[in-house]
Amino acid sequence: MAGKRFRPDMTVVLAVCIFLFLAVCPFFLSMFRVSLIGKYMCYAIVALGLDMIWGYTGILSLGHGVYFGLGAYCMAMYLKLEASGESLPDFMIWSGQNSLPAFWKPFANPVFAMAMVVVVPVLLAVIIGYLTFLNRIRGVYFSILSQALAMILSVLLIGSQEYTGGSNGLTNFTTMFGQSLSSPAMKIRLYYAAFIALVVIFIICRFLVTRRIGKIFIAIRDGENRVRFTGYNTAVYKVFVYGLSAAIAGIAGALYVSQVGIITPADVNITPSVEMIIWVAIGGKGTLAGPMLGAILVNALKTAASEQFPELWSYFLGIVFILVILFMPGGFVSLRSIPGKLRRKFAKTAKEEYA
Amino acid sequence: MTAAERISSKGAADIPLLEIDDVSIQFGDFKAISHVSTTVGKNEIRFFIGPNGAGKTTILDAICGKNQVSGGRIVYKGEYEVSRMKEYVISNLGIGRKFQAPSVFNGITIGENMELAAARKHTLYSTTFHRLSKEKQEYIDYCLEFVGLIDKRFKYPTRLSHGEKQWLEIGMLMAARPELMLLDEPVAGMGRKETEKTARLLEKIKKECSIIVVEHDMQFAREVSDSVTVFHEGRVLDEGTMDSVSKNQTVIDVYLGRGGES
Amino acid sequence: METFLMQIFNGISVSSIFLLASLGLAVTFGLMGVINMAHGEFIMIGAYTAYVVQNLFRTYLPAAVFDVYVFVAIAASFLAAALFGAVLERLVICRLYGRTEDSLLVTWGVSLTLQQLARSIFGAPNVGVDAPSFMEKSLRVSSTLAFPLKRIFILAIALICLGSVYALMYKSRQGRNIRAVMQNRNMAACLGVNTKRIDCATFAAGCGLAGLAGCALTWIGPIGPTLGTNYIVDTFMTVVVGGAGSILGTVFGSAFIGVGGTTFEFFTNASVGKVLIFACIILLLQFKPKGIFAVRNRALED
Repeated sequence: MAGKRFRPDMTVVLAVCIFLFLAVCPFFLSMFRVSLIGKYMCYAIVALGLDMIWGYTGILSLGHGVYFGLGAYCMAMYLKLEASGESLPDFMIWSGQNSLPAFWKPFANPVFAMAMVVVVPVLLAVIIGYLTFLNRIRGVYFSILSQALAMILSVLLIGSQEYTGGSNGLTNFTTMFGQSLSSPAMKIRLYYAAFIALVVIFIICRFLVTRRIGKIFIAIRDGENRVRFTGYNTAVYKVFVYGLSAAIAGIAGALYVSQVGIITPADVNITPSVEMIIWVAIGGKGTLAGPMLGAILVNALKTAASEQFPELWSYFLGIVFILVILFMPGGFVSLRSIPGKLRRKFAKTAKEEYA
Repeated sequence: MTAAERISSKGAADIPLLEIDDVSIQFGDFKAISHVSTTVGKNEIRFFIGPNGAGKTTILDAICGKNQVSGGRIVYKGEYEVSRMKEYVISNLGIGRKFQAPSVFNGITIGENMELAAARKHTLYSTTFHRLSKEKQEYIDYCLEFVGLIDKRFKYPTRLSHGEKQWLEIGMLMAARPELMLLDEPVAGMGRKETEKTARLLEKIKKECSIIVVEHDMQFAREVSDSVTVFHEGRVLDEGTMDSVSKNQTVIDVYLGRGGES
Repeated sequence: METFLMQIFNGISVSSIFLLASLGLAVTFGLMGVINMAHGEFIMIGAYTAYVVQNLFRTYLPAAVFDVYVFVAIAASFLAAALFGAVLERLVICRLYGRTEDSLLVTWGVSLTLQQLARSIFGAPNVGVDAPSFMEKSLRVSSTLAFPLKRIFILAIALICLGSVYALMYKSRQGRNIRAVMQNRNMAACLGVNTKRIDCATFAAGCGLAGLAGCALTWIGPIGPTLGTNYIVDTFMTVVVGGAGSILGTVFGSAFIGVGGTTFEFFTNASVGKVLIFACIILLLQFKPKGIFAVRNRALED
C-alpha cells in the first residue's frame, strides 16, 4: 500500500462534468431555462468561496449575503446610472433628492464599478476579519457576529431609501456597456461570462487547496492553536481566506444582478445567507465540486418546487438540511465512497467465508 | 540581579539557551507559579518532575507563549524575551512544543503534516507559490524514517495508534529544526517498548537541540535526563541530576516517597 | 429631564424584553453549548399560544373574565414552547452534544420548518393580540411623564424569570445536577445522574422561557410567522456580549444592547443605531473576546 498511487480525484471529475454540462446548456435549452441556470452559476460561485472559508478553513460565516449583496449593489449602481442617462435614478426623484449623492458619481464609470465589486467586499471582510480573528474571538461568536452583519446591512439598505432604493432595491436596468440587457445575444454573453468566472474561480480555489496554503487552511480547521505553535500567524490566513471568499461572493453578486436585473435588501439578509451554507452542506463541504453541485441542484429544485407547491418547499429544504447534517455530514459528494465501502465489505465477507 | 545584567557581566559563550528568571504566573486569584528561576543549557535534556498541579505544564505554556507571565521574565538565547511574544513568533525563533494530548492535523496526510512543520517561510506568498526545497524534502524523509512512519506518509493520522501519533508530533517538531523542544508527557499512555523507543529517539534528537520534558515516568526520567528540576506547589524544590535529587529528603517526602509513578 | 427619564425607561423596557428572550438562550447556549437557531421560533410558538388562548377565551367565556386570559396564556405559552423543546431535544438535539456548529445548522433547518408550519396554520399576515384592559393604563409620574403598565408588567415577568433561573441553577439540587452534566457529562453519568433526563428538561426549560418571552411580546405589537427572526440576532448578541454560561452576563448583555440600542436610536435613527451598537459590540469583544463575564479555562481548543 506504500507509495503514491495515481487515482483521479473524483471531485475534479465531477467538476469537469458540471462544467461540460453548463457549457453546452445554451445549445439545447430555452432562453428562459438558460437564464435560470445562469443565475444558479452565480450561486455556485458563492458556494466555492464559502467552501474555502467553511469547508476548508472551518470558519462558519452566516453573513455571506452581505458580500454577495455589496458586489451586486456596486454593479447595480452602475447599471442604474446607465439606465437613467442624464437624469437622476427614479427612486431618488421619488424620495425627493435633487442631486446625485457624491458616492454615486464614480459608479457611472463601468471600470470603477467593476473594481468596487471586488474592493468593497474585500475591504469590509478584511476589517471585520482583522477585528475578530486577531483577537481570537471564538468561532461560534464569529458566526453570530457575521449573521448580525447580514441583518444590519439589510436594515441599513432599507433605512437609507434615498441612496439605495430602500426595500425595492435597485432595478429597471436597460443597458450594460451600451448593449441592451434584454437582447438574447447579451443574455448568452452574460451566461458565458458567469461560466468563465465559475471555471476560473474553481481553478484558483483548486490551486490554493492543493498548495501548502490549502493544507494550512485544513490544519487551522483541525486545530488552530496547534498551527500557531507550529509558527504560523493564523490570523493572517483567516483574514486572507475571509477576504478571498468575500471577493468571490462580490463577483458572483455582480454577475447575478447583471443577469437577473434586480437586487433587493432581501437578498442580503440572514435567510439567503444561511441558504448559501445549506448549498455547501448538502453538496459536501471541503470538496469544491460538491458545493457547486449543491448550489445548482438545490436552486433547480427550488425553482421546480416553487412553481408547483411553494408551501412544501420550505418544509422540504428544512427537513433535507436537518437530515443531511445529522446523517450525511459529507453531503452528496460523500456518496462517492459508497461503492468503495460496499466493495470492501464484500471483499471482507468473501475473505471470511474463504477462511 | 536581572537577567540582562547577568548576561552583560558574562561572556557570550556562557549565555544559557533558556533562562527562566523569577517567573510567577497567576490565574485569577490562583497563583500557579511563584518565583521560579532556572536555566537550560545547550544540548541538555532537562526533566520537569513533580506531583500533579505542581505547575510543570504551566511553565511550559509560559515558555511557548500560551500563558502570560504575571511576574519575572523568560529569556531565550540571551536576547529574546519570549514571555512578551506571540506564540507563532516564539515558534519561529526555534522553540517547538508538543502538547500532552496528541494534536496532529487529521485532515491532511502525515507527509503534509511534516511539510507544514518543516517549512521555514510562513508568508501567504511562499505557502502559495513555493514548493519545499529538495533538501527539506530529504530532511522530512529522514525525520519520518527516524520516527518510523516513512511507510505511512500518504496516510491520514486518524489511522495511527496513540503512540504513533506522539511520534508523528515529535517528528514534526524535529522537522522544524528547533533549538529547544518542549515535550509534555511524551510517553504517557505508552507501553514499555514504545517508551524505550521514545527514549532512544530523544537521545538522538539531543545532538541537535535542547529538550525540556514534563514527565511522571521516573524510570524514563532516570534513563534519559541530564538534569531534573523538581516542582512542588508552584515552586522549585530542588534541581540537579536525577541521582542527587532522589537523595533529597524533601523531594522524597513530597513526591518520590509517595511512590511517584513508575 | 423628562425625555431623559422616558429614554431610560424605554431602554430598561427593551432590555427586559431582551433579557426575557435571551434567558432561555443563556440556558441552552451558555450551559448546554447548543446553538439553537430555532430559539426565535420558540418565541413565536409562545406568542401564537397566547393568541390561541385569547381567542378561546373570547369565543367560549363571558367577556367579564376575559382579562384572566393573561395568566392562562403565560402558563400555556411556557408549557407549549417547553413541550416543543422537549420533542426537539429527543428527536434531534440529543445527537448533537459537542457538535456546536452542527447544532446551529440543524436548528436553522428546524426554524425554517417551524416558520412554515406557523404560516400553514395561522397564515402569513400578522395577527394581533389585545392586551388585557388593566395593562392598557399607565403609571403617571407627572403631568407629562407616564410609564405604560404593560411595560412594567413585562419587566416584572423578566425579573421573576431571572430570579427563578438563578435559584434553580445555583440554589437547588436539580441545578447542581444540571451544571454537573454540562461540565462533565460522563462523570455526572457515572455518579448516577440521569443525563438524558437532565438534558431534555434543561433544553425544554430554555425553550419554555423563550415561549414566555413570546407571550410578553404579544402585548406590545402584532405577531407573525417571522416574529422570531426579528429577535434571534439581538438575543444571540446578548449572550455573546455577556459571555456564554453566565447568567449575570446575560443580564448585563441585555442591558447593554437594550439601553445602548435605544439611546443610539434616539440620537440617530433605527438603522444607524443598529450599526453603532454592532460596532460597539465588536469593539467590546476586542478587549473581552469571550464576553464580559467569561469563564476562563485551560483547554487547548475551546
